[in-house]
Amino acid sequence: MNLNYIFLIPLIPLIVFLVLGIFSQKIKAGISGYIGVLGIAISTILSYFAAWQYFMVEGKLNGVYQTFTEKTVWIHFTESLHIDMGVLIDPISVMMLVVVSTVSLMVNIYSRGYMKGDDGFTRFFAYLSLFTFSMYGLVLATNLFQIYIFWELVGVSSFLLIGYYYTKTSAIAAAKKAFIVTRFADFGFLIGIFIIGYYTNTFDFQTLNDPEGSILTSWASTSFMGLSVLAWALILIFMGGAGKSAMFPLHIWLPDAMEGPTPVSALIHAATMVVAGVYLVARLFPMFYIVEEGFVLHIVAYVGAFSALFAAIIAITQTDIKRVLAFSTMSQLGYMMMALGLSGYDGHEGVGFMASMFHLFTHAMFKALLFLGAGSVIHAVHSNLLQDMGGLRKYMPVTNITFLIAALAIAGVPPLAGFWSKDEILVAAYENNQFLYLIGVFVAGLTAFYIFRIYFGIFWGKDTSYKHSPHESPGSMVIPLVVLAVLSMVAGFVPFSEFISADKAGFDTHINVPLAVIATGAGAVGILMAWIFYKKENDLASRFANAFGVFYKCTSRKFYFDEIYLFMARTIFFKNVAAPIAWFDKKFVDGTMEGIGNKTVVISEKIKGIQSGKLQDYAFGLIAGFVVIAFMFIYLWTN
Amino acid sequence: MDLNSFFLMRHEMILLGIILLLIVAEIIVADSKKSSIVNLALLLFGIHTLSGFFPLQESSLFGGMFRSNDLIHFFKSVLNLGVFILLLQAADWIKEKVVENDRSTEFFILLFASLLGMYFMISAGDFLMFYIGLELSTLPVAALAAFEIMQRKSSEAGIKLILSAALASGVSLFGISMLYATTGSIYFDQIVLGLTETNLSILGFVLFFTGLAFKISLVPFHFWTADVYEGAPISIASYLSVISKGAAVFILMILLFSVLKPLMHIWENLVYGIALATMFTGNLFALRQQNMKRFLAFSSIAQAGFILLGLITGTQLGTTTVVYFVLIYIFSNLAAFGVVQAISLKTGKENLSDYEGLYRTNPKLSLVMMLALFSLAGIPPVAGFFGKFFLFTAAASKGYYLLVFLAVVNVTISLYYYLLVIRAIFLRKGTDPIPFFKNKLYMRLGLIITVLGILILGLYSPLYDYIYQLSAAFK
Repeated sequence: MNLNYIFLIPLIPLIVFLVLGIFSQKIKAGISGYIGVLGIAISTILSYFAAWQYFMVEGKLNGVYQTFTEKTVWIHFTESLHIDMGVLIDPISVMMLVVVSTVSLMVNIYSRGYMKGDDGFTRFFAYLSLFTFSMYGLVLATNLFQIYIFWELVGVSSFLLIGYYYTKTSAIAAAKKAFIVTRFADFGFLIGIFIIGYYTNTFDFQTLNDPEGSILTSWASTSFMGLSVLAWALILIFMGGAGKSAMFPLHIWLPDAMEGPTPVSALIHAATMVVAGVYLVARLFPMFYIVEEGFVLHIVAYVGAFSALFAAIIAITQTDIKRVLAFSTMSQLGYMMMALGLSGYDGHEGVGFMASMFHLFTHAMFKALLFLGAGSVIHAVHSNLLQDMGGLRKYMPVTNITFLIAALAIAGVPPLAGFWSKDEILVAAYENNQFLYLIGVFVAGLTAFYIFRIYFGIFWGKDTSYKHSPHESPGSMVIPLVVLAVLSMVAGFVPFSEFISADKAGFDTHINVPLAVIATGAGAVGILMAWIFYKKENDLASRFANAFGVFYKCTSRKFYFDEIYLFMARTIFFKNVAAPIAWFDKKFVDGTMEGIGNKTVVISEKIKGIQSGKLQDYAFGLIAGFVVIAFMFIYLWTN
Repeated sequence: MDLNSFFLMRHEMILLGIILLLIVAEIIVADSKKSSIVNLALLLFGIHTLSGFFPLQESSLFGGMFRSNDLIHFFKSVLNLGVFILLLQAADWIKEKVVENDRSTEFFILLFASLLGMYFMISAGDFLMFYIGLELSTLPVAALAAFEIMQRKSSEAGIKLILSAALASGVSLFGISMLYATTGSIYFDQIVLGLTETNLSILGFVLFFTGLAFKISLVPFHFWTADVYEGAPISIASYLSVISKGAAVFILMILLFSVLKPLMHIWENLVYGIALATMFTGNLFALRQQNMKRFLAFSSIAQAGFILLGLITGTQLGTTTVVYFVLIYIFSNLAAFGVVQAISLKTGKENLSDYEGLYRTNPKLSLVMMLALFSLAGIPPVAGFFGKFFLFTAAASKGYYLLVFLAVVNVTISLYYYLLVIRAIFLRKGTDPIPFFKNKLYMRLGLIITVLGILILGLYSPLYDYIYQLSAAFK
């Protein structure tokens, strides 16, 4: 397969970013929107072409999808250990290209309407392009180090976009929080990379992932605290992935990240960047599977399942619709992680892997749609809060219908996209771990409940009186909604398991009717409850809230995790660790340094008389100099 | 003398030809068109610089008095490039201040004569040729230092330089005669065979070393430096600190590594001590300079101390790092002097306090200065960082950890005063900032080449490998 044009896919957004960034003052706002959309559109076409070429034409050899790479050595350490730069094409990277391109294109188009009239319009599109470039680079990375570089670039663009409204204190705080929390997680990632580089002597994905390769088994015997070093490395790498994908307990940045403009939330904090953690585990899946016989995958599964449940519970009580969606994202990411963690490798055993990728794919579509729909609503009523909304179906018909489709999709109602992928996840769970399966089904019910809670709350419920009568959003915002709605309906019919599987050979899947019925039933119950509670204005919900009392309060305060972290950081760390260190630094380190500095100046002052300006002194100095030196070497230097 | 021999002395021959041509031009060109001589000299020297990059065979002449190899040839080209940049930066000054006194040709002839002396000095195969080259390179510069005859400081600079130089070269010649007395030869390749550690040879070596140490302005032979730099025209200060120093370092290195190898464990210790003295003295004095030329004088003394770290090793790695550092140092220091010259020419201001607020009025010039000072201070990723880094690596590879540590301390001190200048330029507002001005073409070209040099040398590593290959000649 000819990969030369693949390089253009990330390159074009990069060029767009540079052009918009450098000439931001000179380009008219309207034009920069077109440039941004055009750049992404070209990359999207190339991505689709690559997908067609790979999946339909050239990708398969003897029924197995091949991995193609094109790379050059960037930094050379030893013969085997070097950092490459290049592109890697295999089923999941191509699938990600399609996801990133599609959502990114839709969000770019949408933003032209949503951000209209904003002062930083050009800056916004420059950042979007920077993000898209970084995400492409992450997806196409050929080795751990390259993925890490783009991983951080993605983090930076996320930081820039969350803090886009940089005059708003809360936005800045949120941007910092997101950056620090993910950086903290990435620290683990980096150490994991170093461990792998040290023990296996390679960063290359293909070498690391080779199931027959000797690299993974050769170091299995080197252990640390009862686990092989490679297992530790994978745990640390998963820590990085958990940070990006907002897994418990590193999830605290995601809700705050909603301070960014809504299109950003749709693109970065729902559909693409946050799935990078899932993608990372999937990228190294063979390694996860082989090292310590999949021990780390158990951690992945349980962390995922717990995050799914935890976030779904919190989502029920939030009143900011974007925060509901943020916790929903976290919950669905937990689903994906759980599926990955429960997956096997060969053929049908790899159903978890396939289901995780499938859910990633469909989730990107309907979650982006939910966010863009929410953005459309926010655009109309100028508020994020549920109590400011109600009865909007009359004013915003298109948004209403598309949001409903997305809500049905995430609730797992057949035949929409979410049904198919969620079903596969539950199949994987049922076959491997029935406890997690139960959690999965429960979360499915919760998901349906909270999503219809906000759906009814926004579009039905009480008739709020608005100062300005809300109206449907402009065409540039509605078109992406419609496109994504169509995708959310049909994405589930993609024969995903033929294209993507852990062993790349593909397998057939069939609907497991009893499981599908149970899952759909759970969803239906959730929807029904929401219908009873929120369809019409009534006090059922608040009565329930009162009945649950403390539990409700805990949930709505997100189980006080922000407060716990703040306490740990401020009271424990700052006071007991940082403050003494700061004192020591100020008194001893700085004191010593300042002392040296002052002494230097004093000496400098004292010796300035030597430079008298008199030639005879200079001549004396010269002669004296060589006399002293000669004397030293001849008389004192007697060996 | 056959044609091949002629080609072996190509640099010398062409430069001599240029000098003669300029003398003829001085006679022919009408008084009203004297400024065209500047263009002519630049053109001729530009061609000379370019032609210098053509390869040259390795051989020797006059029974071994004159020799050349790839590294020497390369270094001559480096010197040419430095002088060319310097001329570009000086061109406006010459046109505006020197031509009216009808002395521009004189300037070029003296400068080129000095350069010619350096060619012979670094190509020398025996002490006689070396000494002639040394003298030829020094004497014209003394005349040039006193070039602004109407200014008292300039005359002072000239007289201080010529007297100190006379003393130093006398001492040096005395040393050479002692080395001759111990070995019975003035040819390098025979001295190395006959040299042993005796009191006489050590005394001779120390005396001889004094002469070169004077030229490189190593402590305690540096006293003339600041006064001369301050009084001399900026181009000449720049020439002394860059070209003259570079050439002297180069020949000192060749002599230490090949001819004086038998005395290695003497000069190792000597260089060790002098490196420390030079770094500390240069840096401590630079701390409190207000005049930019004096400031750069002490900074260049300190830089010479750093160079000694590469010299102390006596290995191919040492040779490479020294040549590489000198190359970077030429670009960095010429950039700094270029900015000082540009400002001095337009406004006559040379003090640090005059530079306050320069960034607001002349941002481009300020950025050039910043880059130059960053490179001198050794801040990555500009070239100076790699230059220093490799020097320290070379010294560390021979186990001189304490010396490297003290050098790092000195880098820290130097960072302080370089940043003082940067603070004045960028952060201080200044009551009377230098107004905006535009440089003429030559000056701009001169600065652009230095900036490119600083950036490219920092990022383009194959050059280092190239120098390393050339250095094989002096292991």
